[in-house]
Amino acid sequence: MFAPDDPLAPAGPVFAEPWHAQTLAIADALISSGHITAADWAETLGAALRATDAAGRADTSETYYGAALTALETLTARNTLVSAADLLLRKQQWIAAYRQTPHGKPVMLDPG
Amino acid sequence: MASFKSEEVAAIHRHLHSHLPSDPALRVKALESLAIEKGLVTAETIDSWIEAYRDHIGPKRGAAVVARAWTDTDFHARLMDDAAEAIRDFGFEGSATGHLKAVENTSDTHNLIVCTLCSCYPFSLLGMSPSWYKSAEYRARSVREPRKVLAEFGVDLARDIAVRVWDSTAELRYIVIPQRPKGTESWDADRLAGIVTRNSMIGTDRDLTLETC
Repeated sequence: MFAPDDPLAPAGPVFAEPWHAQTLAIADALISSGHITAADWAETLGAALRATDAAGRADTSETYYGAALTALETLTARNTLVSAADLLLRKQQWIAAYRQTPHGKPVMLDPG
Repeated sequence: MASFKSEEVAAIHRHLHSHLPSDPALRVKALESLAIEKGLVTAETIDSWIEAYRDHIGPKRGAAVVARAWTDTDFHARLMDDAAEAIRDFGFEGSATGHLKAVENTSDTHNLIVCTLCSCYPFSLLGMSPSWYKSAEYRARSVREPRKVLAEFGVDLARDIAVRVWDSTAELRYIVIPQRPKGTESWDADRLAGIVTRNSMIGTDRDLTLETC
């Protein structure tokens, strides 16, 4: 069920979460630099959206951006030297960095 | 007592790690940091894209193009012939508008834009797409039952008005040129741009009101 925009409603933020914006920004940058094509992006995002639909995920922005992130990871692993294993390892490194950093301090990756 | 202590320890553990970002946020951090290290993207490119789409690029761009088309017959002709080329007058070319087609509403035709595959949209002209545009429900129903979808958006189309649904792709995006409302004959382009809504340029709004946004 849709509804017309309420012109009196305060404008909401364009992106609900920073990672939503970062996902689309990285995708657009990789398209602009030629590492992925716009057609590949549309096809892979479409497949990820169909998969979320088939899995019965709620039809929300969070689900959409989750599918966009999955599509971006798929294309990065397929078209660049960054593999799925690299992504997983780097995520673990970020988790370790967050756990080792006192609250309020900037979180940095261990250069080693 | 042992179970109480284990719950207490778990609570302390949760508190200590409560600043850990969500799983997708961590996956994006991993992707972004690796992409920068490998030279696939730069931090400046990512940051400037986010700032542009968060704070600057929005449907006012499309509204300026529509208002020019209403007031400048030469521009109107160029826009209908090759919209991607015409919007270069404004410097609005960019993400996802390499191939752009303008489709014009008339008294007997209404145009509606969708991307049934994913969420293709003329970002550099209209800004980020609304969340409903990306929803599975809109992507499926706007093709299957466009009049019903339009009615839910508050657009009750008379039976003798035809609906044309345009399915966007990575190669070709669309913008709807809504009809200029009666009573605006003396208005200049700036004033006209103020009444053009985002939804009217997607096709989920039709009769524009004369109240300036």
